Amino acid sequence: MVGDPGPYLLLAAVLFVIGAFGVISRRGAITILMSIELMLNSANLALIAVSRFLPGDGGAGVPDGQVIGFLVLAIAAAEVAVGLAIVIAMFRLRESVDVDLARLLRW
Amino acid sequence: MSLVAGVVLGAISIQWVAFLVLAVVAIAAALVVVLHRSPVVGAMGLVTNFLCIAGIYVLLNAYFFAALQVIIYAGAVVVLITFVIMLLNLQPEAKGGPGVVPVALAALLGLALIAVVGRPLLEYAAPEAGPPAPDFGTVAQVGEALFTVYFYPFLAVSLALLSAMVGAVLLAKRRLED
Repeated sequence: MVGDPGPYLLLAAVLFVIGAFGVISRRGAITILMSIELMLNSANLALIAVSRFLPGDGGAGVPDGQVIGFLVLAIAAAEVAVGLAIVIAMFRLRESVDVDLARLLRW
Repeated sequence: MSLVAGVVLGAISIQWVAFLVLAVVAIAAALVVVLHRSPVVGAMGLVTNFLCIAGIYVLLNAYFFAALQVIIYAGAVVVLITFVIMLLNLQPEAKGGPGVVPVALAALLGLALIAVVGRPLLEYAAPEAGPPAPDFGTVAQVGEALFTVYFYPFLAVSLALLSAMVGAVLLAKRRLED
């Protein structure tokens, strides 16, 4: 058995960095949304890993990390719903999902 | 036992092998998401990544959360994203983008972050955690915490979901003015 959260946290860090790189380097709005999902998912992985290895009642493991992960899951679902609605609205306006064209709020 | 010591001492269990395979596939799928120009291929990479993470949740004895991951992420979220890709009939992203220098800088900063976070994780020898409690990861345990200690965050998140739903309907219905 993998006895400590280290490898899981390292995997979470790698996935988070990959997601952040996607957000920075890509222009398609859908790809950016998918990269944000990767980042939220890696945060969940870190939460679950730590919750498994903390000492709790009757053995290792506390449920708190899983509950917080559940809340993150709900917020991620809300985020993707609103994000895709924005993508659809933007596509109707510009016939493209290139975020470089969305400069309404830029100087 | 730290990561390096575990590998060197030959204390490699079947869980270790499963973890390594799932981790490698998850990282490869994540790279497909951020590097492939076609959004459909990216969505397939995303669902692969989510399923691998669900497998890792099973290794962590978080069975309920693994089921949630498959149903909500690999199911609902990826289907929604694929639906929008098909609805908009998106073509692969045009070449170009922010340019070589910002992308290289972002990759460099990412590698630096992994190095900064990863070194203490590899060196830190955590006390060996015992076997999980018998009810760890079950619906009963997570549900009890959700409806007692975390009741108010649960209420807040349900309100956030409701407002997101209303906002999504309004955004997709109305035509934005330029």
